[in-house]
Amino acid sequence: MAPFYPAGGLGPVQRRQRVSPEREHPYIARRVMTVSAATTPALPADWRDLFALTKPRVMSLVVFTALCGMLAAPVLPPLVIGFTAILCIALAAGAAGALNQWYEADLDARMRRTAGRPLPSGRLDRQTALHFGVGLGAFSVVLMDLATNHLAAALLAASILFYVLVYTVWLKPRTPQNIVIGGAAGAFPPLIGWVAATGEVSALPLLLFAIIFLWTPPHFWALSLFVRSDYAAANIPMLPVTAGLAATRRQIFGYSLVMAAAAVAPWPLGLTGPFYGIAAAVLSAGFVALSLPVLANRATEPAAMQPEKRLFGFSILYLFVLFAALVADRMLSA
Amino acid sequence: MIPEEEVVRRQRDRARIMAWLLGAFVVLMFLITMAKVGLNK
Repeated sequence: MAPFYPAGGLGPVQRRQRVSPEREHPYIARRVMTVSAATTPALPADWRDLFALTKPRVMSLVVFTALCGMLAAPVLPPLVIGFTAILCIALAAGAAGALNQWYEADLDARMRRTAGRPLPSGRLDRQTALHFGVGLGAFSVVLMDLATNHLAAALLAASILFYVLVYTVWLKPRTPQNIVIGGAAGAFPPLIGWVAATGEVSALPLLLFAIIFLWTPPHFWALSLFVRSDYAAANIPMLPVTAGLAATRRQIFGYSLVMAAAAVAPWPLGLTGPFYGIAAAVLSAGFVALSLPVLANRATEPAAMQPEKRLFGFSILYLFVLFAALVADRMLSA
Repeated sequence: MIPEEEVVRRQRDRARIMAWLLGAFVVLMFLITMAKVGLNK
């Protein structure tokens, strides 16, 4: 395997050490940990690389859904408390992203899509990323506890631990269901936003959790279909690698149907008004309609996977507009 | 070999950012305290 850090690179001297025996299962990604010996002075990390470590684009969706969860709550916290809660959720998402990149640096180096990240490109050393991630995560949980309530802080801590330990360390390298179960990590933000405002869990935030949980598999599998070779090269058992393209496309369609039902459910259950209900129905119909050409597509080359690319792009827009419709519905009925 | 000026520049950048963040944190804690006091009245 090629060295993770370039020889004579900018980081401290690295001592490479296997921390677990190499596994025989073909779909279990081999993990090689890099430990800093720090015998030579390192170039201090640039703040831009630390910022990139937090996956800012993912963070934007997290912040938006958390904000919508908070604004959909029946009571709103004072502005500064609400701002702090959203800030904490953003910091926690950044911490989880940093710890994910710390753990997966060797896998990221093997994938074109991620090889330019600060760790695999050698612009940042692993120990800095670990300290940054742990520090940011702990800070976000403590601040959330001080500003809002214990339940919101506990959920925030659980979401970081779930993403890092359950998804990144345990599920992702071991099972093609990684995205299904790991999707729970990304589903926490609206729930935490709601709990930060109200101090309790109720039916609507649980449904918002369910919507993102069910949205995650078709969203990620659409992406993984056209970057399948990357995942195969890194030995990550994404569904298209282990079960094939046709099975993945069937799963995308199936999850799209269930997700559409969950997205519309708050309206007939009386938890939202007709504005949200109609918006959810139209958006979900669009999602299912875009998943049909994916189901019918037989292409094996990424260049011919336009339906998958369209569905992936629409899935991001879908979540933004759906949650915006929820907030608009609340404001209309207030 | 890492140029000395680059090391100093990055240290200065980080120190400046940390100073701003600490200042913002102090202000935020003050505002949170005021909001909490207001909620308990």
